[in-house]
Amino acid sequence: MFTWIALAALVLFSGVAYGAGRRKALGAAGGKALTLHSLPGYYGAYLALWVAAPAALLLILVSVLGGRVEEAALRADTPAAVAELAPSAQEVFYNDVLAQVRGDRASERVYEGQLGDVFAAKAQQAERLDRTITLGALAAAIALVLGGLAYAWPRLRPSYAARPQVERWISALFLACSVVAILTTIGIVASLVWESWRFFQSVPVTEFLFGLTWDPQIAIRADQVASSGAFGAVPLFAGTFLIMMIAMAVAAPVGLFAAIYLSEYAGRTTRAVVKPLLEVLAGIPTVVYGFFAALTVGPLFRGFFNSIGAELVGGPLDGVGMYLMQVQNQMALVAGAVMGIMLIPFVSSLSDDIINAVPQSLRDGSLAMGATQSETIGRVIMPAALPGIMGALLLAISRAVGETMIVTMAAGLQAKATLNPLDTVTTVTVQIVTLLTGDQEFDSAKTLSAFGLGLTLFLVTLLLNIIALRIVQTYREQYD
Amino acid sequence: MTDVALNPAQAAKARNREQAQARLKKRYRAEARFRFYGRAAIVVALAFLVVLLGRIGLQGYSTFVDYRIAVPVQVSADRVDMADLAGSNFNLMVADSVLAMVGESDDAYGEASGEMMEILSSELGFQVLDRLREDPSLVGQTITVEGPMKANASLYYKGQIERQTEAGARPLSDRQLDWLDELKASGAVKGGFNWTFLSSSDSTEPEQAGVLGAVVGSAMMLLVTALLAAPIGVLAATYLEEFAPKNRWTDLIEVNINNLAAVPSIIYGLLGLAVFINWLAVPRSSPLLGGLVLALMALPTIIIATRSALKAVPPSIREAALAVGASRTQTVFHHVLPLAMPGMLTGTILSLAHALGETAPLLMIGMVSFVPGVPETFTSAATVLPVQIFIWENASERAFHERTAAAIIVLLVFMVIMNLAAVLLRRRFERRW
Repeated sequence: MFTWIALAALVLFSGVAYGAGRRKALGAAGGKALTLHSLPGYYGAYLALWVAAPAALLLILVSVLGGRVEEAALRADTPAAVAELAPSAQEVFYNDVLAQVRGDRASERVYEGQLGDVFAAKAQQAERLDRTITLGALAAAIALVLGGLAYAWPRLRPSYAARPQVERWISALFLACSVVAILTTIGIVASLVWESWRFFQSVPVTEFLFGLTWDPQIAIRADQVASSGAFGAVPLFAGTFLIMMIAMAVAAPVGLFAAIYLSEYAGRTTRAVVKPLLEVLAGIPTVVYGFFAALTVGPLFRGFFNSIGAELVGGPLDGVGMYLMQVQNQMALVAGAVMGIMLIPFVSSLSDDIINAVPQSLRDGSLAMGATQSETIGRVIMPAALPGIMGALLLAISRAVGETMIVTMAAGLQAKATLNPLDTVTTVTVQIVTLLTGDQEFDSAKTLSAFGLGLTLFLVTLLLNIIALRIVQTYREQYD
Repeated sequence: MTDVALNPAQAAKARNREQAQARLKKRYRAEARFRFYGRAAIVVALAFLVVLLGRIGLQGYSTFVDYRIAVPVQVSADRVDMADLAGSNFNLMVADSVLAMVGESDDAYGEASGEMMEILSSELGFQVLDRLREDPSLVGQTITVEGPMKANASLYYKGQIERQTEAGARPLSDRQLDWLDELKASGAVKGGFNWTFLSSSDSTEPEQAGVLGAVVGSAMMLLVTALLAAPIGVLAATYLEEFAPKNRWTDLIEVNINNLAAVPSIIYGLLGLAVFINWLAVPRSSPLLGGLVLALMALPTIIIATRSALKAVPPSIREAALAVGASRTQTVFHHVLPLAMPGMLTGTILSLAHALGETAPLLMIGMVSFVPGVPETFTSAATVLPVQIFIWENASERAFHERTAAAIIVLLVFMVIMNLAAVLLRRRFERRW
């Protein structure tokens, strides 16, 4: 709240500064704008920037980091009464202290006796800290405003080059915005690596990458049987691979043939109708596909296989029949097939671009030699477009590997290393979701294993993307 | 002599011609086959689209009809404890009144009223309670309340629970079905548009559950995303396209952005969890947090779309501005950006529409919680449409499945509106150089 008021005041103040700066520059030039180095507005903007920008930056920084600093200072000397509590109870204690000071909703725990005294003391300390930080930030902001004013005001002379100065501020803003992308990447890598590193301290990397059982458990009591759990991710990799293969088996042929037809055979009107419709298919949120898979395709497939099984039972293929009778809604085939549908427009639009990039002269040459259109496509266009299409398929694979909602809703939770599409499998993304929804404790291997899986997923998709993007790009340049 | 006419050379020629014709036929057949594959692929893809949308429409449209009952409730003084109003069993009172409407009365074991309560929404009882709280003098009189039927009763009216089904296999008993028929025939129960679905938030009772909370949550989250991602994305793209020197750093930023656009969305959820929640202590499951995460996710696509819009502005515009003495910043702000604005807006709106449908990262940051109200501030717990769909899909009650499909329809309507806006913008302002 304080930050908002202060920022609003700054905006107001910078408006005043703009007017004042402009007037001063004009006044110094005797009202003749032509004798100024820059347009009068630039002098105003120069003053406004110096007055408001540093203070605004400081206030934003404080509002983002102030809470963290306060918490750290609060925890610096933990009283004995609190130190005796379990780590999670300590967490709740400090949250309650902060909640009381900030007026948030606290837990329903009541602190009595010695703990109650400590709570009151800590709350007081927190309040003091809060006040110190707020007042400190305010004082520093006022100092910055005055400092900016003192720095910029004497410079508002007609000969002063205000425009390049303002433009330097603007390009700094530009650069800062582009750096956000870099910061995002650093944030992703740092958080994944950091949390995974903590995970790999309790579970060795080799066990994670090559272990054959996935059974993440946390011990509720320390002496519990099977308290450690098993963190071998191979079954998850196998499940992800299986579903990805099924998806590609649907998306690659349908998407490719659709792209070929659209770019080589279809007339203008067909293209104008079909392409937007395919874009609609691409724009449907994945949660909708998941709903479709779980409640429509799943029961449909199960009914189909169960009825085939019922036919086969008692015959020579009795065993197969018995198996088919027991097939469940959550089979790999359902999730894979629906994911394949989702990827069709992705594959077709990328391939369409690539096929269109093949120069017309190649087509004309082949057709002039008497080849039919399909022969031209099969022997001339496809070989020329092949690397690009491989890149497109790799991008689709990367999408399939990272896709979450369809598998969460339609694939199961059983970690099983199998290549049978009728089995229930689970994937890396499903496990990340299951591990991280609900209550989490950040020191258990169970929660941290999600970050291990996330890091693996990130690295694999990154590798696929880098290769694919490079192929697609070099290929595009070839014919430009 | 005539049979000598076909000399070996001519015979070979004829054979060749035959073979050539056969080959040609085969080639044409292959051509036709190939063309058929292409057509089949398109038909298959479009069929999927039709089946997907048609199925969701069929599952969801019935949600927009609901059946409501008007009951005159006899509030007898001996059944209301004025000292503890909420402790009185108003549902039983309502059930008794409805039993009277169908000409029955409760049996000694309360079985009839128990079965009756199963087809009436508990909202009716709450309405009686509210009326009595407002005006205690109503005790002993008859209060008429109007509210929804229980979800299963509505499903029966809609034909989704059928009498032909064996009694054990359907959630309603024969007696309940008789009552429902009689209530409808007598005009006490009427069907109408389901305003409850659009005007209320999540609830554990399907007939009282609605999407308003999720729609408001989505709107707030999207606002945060737009306010952050749009300016940052546009400025970053402008820098890269118009100002950046070509060196290793800007190359790195470019490669980076292309790769970020292809990072699985769930990874952004992990980032949000580790950085925003654990490190910066942004409140969990708030629209602010969701907006921050989605902004980072939408940023690369916005940058890519904006850059192509800037590329489409011909260099002659820039050169003309520079030639009359504008600085580079002035050139960009006065000429290039205004000309590229429609394209940039279109790309931004499309990215935001995509972000609106995103679910996976939001599951990581605690948005899968039961939120029964409309979020009040940007830091209070909220739910959003796609996550609401995910939550309802997991519910076991059948009436929630119907509502899931209806929520999907609402989500798709919003996405269609955003996409249409983008298309219209493009149509209206598109300029060919």
